[in-house]
Amino acid sequence: MFNIKEDRSKFPTMKDDGTLDFDLDSQKYVKIWQGPNHPGVTGNMALELTVSGDEVIKSKTHVGYLYRAFEKLMERRKFIQCFPICIRMCVPEPDINEYLLAASVEELGGIEVPEMAEWLRTLVLEMARVTILLRGVPGQGGTMSLGMGVQWGVYIRDLMLDRFEELTGGRVYHMYIAPGGVRGLLPSGFKERMEEVLKKIDEFVVDIDNLMFSNAVFKKRTKGVGVIEKDWIDKYSVVGPNARAAGIMRDVRKDYPYLKYDKLDFEPHTEKDSDIYARSRVRWHDLQASVDLIRQIMAKMPEKGEIRAKTPNVLHWKIPKGETYKRIESSRGEYGFYMVTDGTEYPRRINLRGPSYNSAMVLLEKILVNANISDVSSLMVSLATCPPEIER
Amino acid sequence: MNEILEKIKSKYEITDVLQKRDDLLFFSIGKKLLVDILNYLKELEGFTHLIMLSSVDWLEENKFQLTYILNHPVNKYDIAIRVDIDRDNPVMDSIHHLWIHAQTDQREIKELFGIDFPGSPGVNDDFVLEDWDDIPPMRRDFDTLKYATDNFFPREGRKSYDTKEYMKSKLYPDQG
Amino acid sequence: MTRMDDLKKRTVTAPDGEVFTVDPMKEYFCDKRPEVQEPAHPLLEKFFNWARSNSLWVLGWGTGCGSIELPPLTTPRFDMFRYGVQMRPTPRQAGVFIISGYLAVKTLKRVIRAYEQMQGPKYIIALGSCTINGGMYYDSFNTINRLDHYIPVDVYITGCMPRPEAILSGFVELKKRIRAGKAEGANDYAERFDWYKANQKKVIKGWDMPDYNW
Repeated sequence: MFNIKEDRSKFPTMKDDGTLDFDLDSQKYVKIWQGPNHPGVTGNMALELTVSGDEVIKSKTHVGYLYRAFEKLMERRKFIQCFPICIRMCVPEPDINEYLLAASVEELGGIEVPEMAEWLRTLVLEMARVTILLRGVPGQGGTMSLGMGVQWGVYIRDLMLDRFEELTGGRVYHMYIAPGGVRGLLPSGFKERMEEVLKKIDEFVVDIDNLMFSNAVFKKRTKGVGVIEKDWIDKYSVVGPNARAAGIMRDVRKDYPYLKYDKLDFEPHTEKDSDIYARSRVRWHDLQASVDLIRQIMAKMPEKGEIRAKTPNVLHWKIPKGETYKRIESSRGEYGFYMVTDGTEYPRRINLRGPSYNSAMVLLEKILVNANISDVSSLMVSLATCPPEIER
Repeated sequence: MNEILEKIKSKYEITDVLQKRDDLLFFSIGKKLLVDILNYLKELEGFTHLIMLSSVDWLEENKFQLTYILNHPVNKYDIAIRVDIDRDNPVMDSIHHLWIHAQTDQREIKELFGIDFPGSPGVNDDFVLEDWDDIPPMRRDFDTLKYATDNFFPREGRKSYDTKEYMKSKLYPDQG
Repeated sequence: MTRMDDLKKRTVTAPDGEVFTVDPMKEYFCDKRPEVQEPAHPLLEKFFNWARSNSLWVLGWGTGCGSIELPPLTTPRFDMFRYGVQMRPTPRQAGVFIISGYLAVKTLKRVIRAYEQMQGPKYIIALGSCTINGGMYYDSFNTINRLDHYIPVDVYITGCMPRPEAILSGFVELKKRIRAGKAEGANDYAERFDWYKANQKKVIKGWDMPDYNW
């Protein structure tokens, strides 16, 4: 192999404390905007890149292109009216918001959820994780113009959305989880049809392995690029798959088991290299684990049972004063709701914290320094940024 | 995990202690002690993960509440620290030297609640809004419906009913 | 350097030492108003409309949540290519702009710029309830309520969000309108340009763009 050491003395650099040893306004450097039009699987977000040659020397993230002020709107709505609005916060994976809102309301309102409903919630959450990963895993290849995997992924995701439609009635937004439980039982024949889809996903996983992870170009462009050092995990509060790719086990399903995850057998995958390759490999293993979990859930769940606990009339349901923090493992990592109530029919404050909040703002700005321009979109997708989480 | 609560109690004056769950503890502390206790919890007790920094507007009591939620990744334990600050003079110490990503939270709170964090990098930059010229929009006294009606040409024909009154009159007229 | 400073007249020293002045507002933008395109001879216009309706090139920019239903359209299951519809990466090559849902004020500004940069003939399809009357964000301080007050809309597709089948039928509807010579959004924009601009300026507070910027 070639081993050429490049002369970096003429390149501008950034010191450890974030200050630059050159003047950005000296008109010597070109400014390029990436976005707000986005490369594929993320939402609208703009990166203001200052480049020297083909190397990024400074990056600044601009968000707010999708800001709908959910947190303000939810303060004006009753608890039950918050459900249709909160799911719009993360479009590819809406069910996590439903669950978190329901779980917070139940904890503060003191409602016990029946066991059957918990199983169904677990099932829906895993199905949602599969749908977003079917876009996210091949999406990493899509940033390098490997569009074939994306086409396959979107097609199989559609089959999964058909199962969602059968179960919940909605294709993208489901509103299946309601306070006190879920809205319906499995339709007859659902398990068999789901098994057919899962078989297709099994084939797809192998195809993706051949297409992306054994691909020389993909390997060359991802190995050793965008490394997140191990000590940054605490410094930047990195969570989920991004932390697991660095060899640090962070999975809310294991650490703080919620719903029925303590009765299911799974082991989140960890890698060591912490580059783009490792991160997309972790997501690829997550996809397989979720498929396996869906099979386990369908085998272990009871056939029948009560699915919804009795709640007060939701139109004038006053929840006593209190506050809580609930968390869940989304496909990107820890995702939480901080809810404050003041004893009225309306929530006082709901604050959402998604994993992208740290990774897209501070961490992305950090790892883009000295990256090649052509790697910018790959790095952005590899951190699985989802801008609606940042601005809500 | 009562040891950590005892330890904190012996060192700091805390109020309104609430053990919400086995792994979630809420308490309030004075404004001046906050950075000190965060530093102590991060460096000595291993609460290395800052989950979020959130703000609540208690308009009736004329105060803002800031909530710092910390997490212990090894012991799997969360601590949420509340701090009350005066609504008329909303200034708080910045914690970006402890967690670098706290600057994003502080920038957001500065824009949406108008709470200032002097010294935090980029705290005065636009975050999600562009050229905003009204009071900070997440404050309780900002009426978002009125702002939208005044500015955004609402389409005629949208009606909204008070659900309680509507159900009473239409669905259960005989029940009074 | 702030956003406003970028547009000010200034003196620049090039890397080779040459000094020159730049006036971005004059040099980077066109100062000609959009013009109404008069229809050609009726027979010729019929042929033009037929051709236009068969090559709808969509700007690949999902402005809101509805854009999640656009990728399935490109897969064999729905296959929008059979209608002559395909995605283009830049406004200069695109003829159709899909506004996929609510528009935050910050995005509206970019949408206007992208729309004015598109070459005619150009059409706008608006998805979802949010573009019609604000949908569930009717009371939000950061999303606009009626899209047709800011840019002309040719076809609305209802639903939150519209299914891929609905979007396909929206394309068919747009084709019908183009062939009938009714999809005159761009001409309407040129005709009532001052009204549209006044509405846009009411919402976008710090207006730092030139008035005509295609």
